[in-house]
Amino acid sequence: MPSTPVIVAADLVKKYGDFAAVDGLSFEVAPGESFGLLGPNGAGKSTTMRMVGAVSTRTSGSLAILGLDPNRSGPEIRSRLGVVPQADNLDNELRVRDNLIVYGRYFGLPLRHLRRRADELLEFAQLADRAGSKVDDLSGGMKRRLTIARALINDPRILLLDEPTTGLDPQARHILWDRLFRLKEQGTTLVLTTHYMDEAEQLCDRLIVVDKGRIMAEGSPAALIREHSTREVLEVRFGSERNAGAAADLEGIGRLEVLPDRVLVYADSGEAALEEVTRRGLQPMTSLVRRSSLEDVFLRLTGRSLIE
Amino acid sequence: MSAPAADPAVLIDPARIRRFGALYVLEHQIRVMRNYRSSIVATAIGTPFIYLFAFGIGIGTLVSANAGRVDGVDYLTFVAPALICMSVVGIAAMEFTYPIMLGFKWNPTFVGMNAAPLSARQIVDGVVLFVALRMAIPAVAYYVVMALFGAAPSAWGAGVVVTSVLAGLAIGTPIMAYAASITEDKGQFAVIGRVIVLPLTLFSGTMFPLEQLPWFLQWIGWLSPVWHGTELGRQLTYGATEPIWLTVIHVGYLVVLAIVGWRLTVRVATRRLDR
Repeated sequence: MPSTPVIVAADLVKKYGDFAAVDGLSFEVAPGESFGLLGPNGAGKSTTMRMVGAVSTRTSGSLAILGLDPNRSGPEIRSRLGVVPQADNLDNELRVRDNLIVYGRYFGLPLRHLRRRADELLEFAQLADRAGSKVDDLSGGMKRRLTIARALINDPRILLLDEPTTGLDPQARHILWDRLFRLKEQGTTLVLTTHYMDEAEQLCDRLIVVDKGRIMAEGSPAALIREHSTREVLEVRFGSERNAGAAADLEGIGRLEVLPDRVLVYADSGEAALEEVTRRGLQPMTSLVRRSSLEDVFLRLTGRSLIE
Repeated sequence: MSAPAADPAVLIDPARIRRFGALYVLEHQIRVMRNYRSSIVATAIGTPFIYLFAFGIGIGTLVSANAGRVDGVDYLTFVAPALICMSVVGIAAMEFTYPIMLGFKWNPTFVGMNAAPLSARQIVDGVVLFVALRMAIPAVAYYVVMALFGAAPSAWGAGVVVTSVLAGLAIGTPIMAYAASITEDKGQFAVIGRVIVLPLTLFSGTMFPLEQLPWFLQWIGWLSPVWHGTELGRQLTYGATEPIWLTVIHVGYLVVLAIVGWRLTVRVATRRLDR
């Protein structure tokens, strides 16, 4: 995209004492793009999001959001952002619709505009019938959707989502993904962090894989998989005691990752790899052939799994 | 999710947010307060009746029979400005502790406000404005009931609302700064209530003139915003007299404490929200 990026980070660093939570991140986000930060807990994703959200002062490096420096123009930047934090901070003492209206007032928006906008957003978040409910009575998925609706109250240029579906059941996640996908289709710029590879694959045009505050890789989900993994993966289990031993006999079939509970064999054809395993006289307790995912990319890059 | 009729890009004005941000926080707190309006109104009206009845008819009769007048007036008139001040300070000790912890931690609405364009300073200012209002409502009710009991004979009596709220801010904003700094509730607020606020209330020339205390305890009154606030209130409600320099000290002490606590809270909150 030739247009000016809405976020430009260069050598972004955030230190807490001696510990660098974010250790030199550089990335750009184009308008309308859906950009992801994928990494395990403690990778520095949320810290990065707070810096991009103009609430956390960076230790060093440069950062421009919508062309403005958050150190100087925090409130101006924040008036153009929508933020969905990791931990819900809806006001539990207010009703559902009032949460939207009160939040909209922080942007100085007139009540007349907010009443109409709140109704539109409740419709969008599929919460129109819960407008008068107490926040405490909503399910986890509904609270997240309300938080997203709240983040849209100022029609933000960029929507920041920090682990939007963590802690939700599968059905609630799919409803949420659908809503986010609609926003993406409408051209909203999304920046999201996640430690779920499927979420990153569904929602992100492009992502960076982050570990220990550093970027391990960058690209579209498909390109990352192509670059750092094979087309397919064969998962074989020999029992916890025997996985490591069996791995020695699997040498040469493909690249191996030995996990405590299973051995992963990276091959372009999983079926062919499985045939070779049985031809060598090995008898795994279970076997599974699947497509490579971002989980494999992460494992390859860091030697660790995303969810530990 | 169709396009909104008015473009918020035009409606959002950073200059206006900078100017009125604290008022938006006040507005939020008032909306929340509406959930409790019946209990607030009931206590605001009920409390003065109970206290003034107990002190005026109960203890007042006893005092009048034995000691006659106190500071030149009947006991009820003497004690009423102290009662209103103590009541307001009690609200300050409440509203400047748990709700602060709530906003930072238990239901972190302050974090949400800060993710929107509001600064830590605007959030603190808005909360202080709200608590001032929250103190003024029962103070007005108290004054009206005092007047009904004939315990505020001076024409300047209504000023006791202002001096009591000022005392509430003087004791409250330093407590607020502390509340904003703690991350774990280990019962500190209960300790503040019993070990700091209660003695500052009881040994502050409230129920009896400060001179009645042994000299080695009178410093408690000098430190206590409740004493300074009550002495100011007495001048307003029944025209108690004192040297002008003492009045200046009362006002100055309360204003300085309130501002120092307020400023300190802004600093603590700014650091806490910028992680």
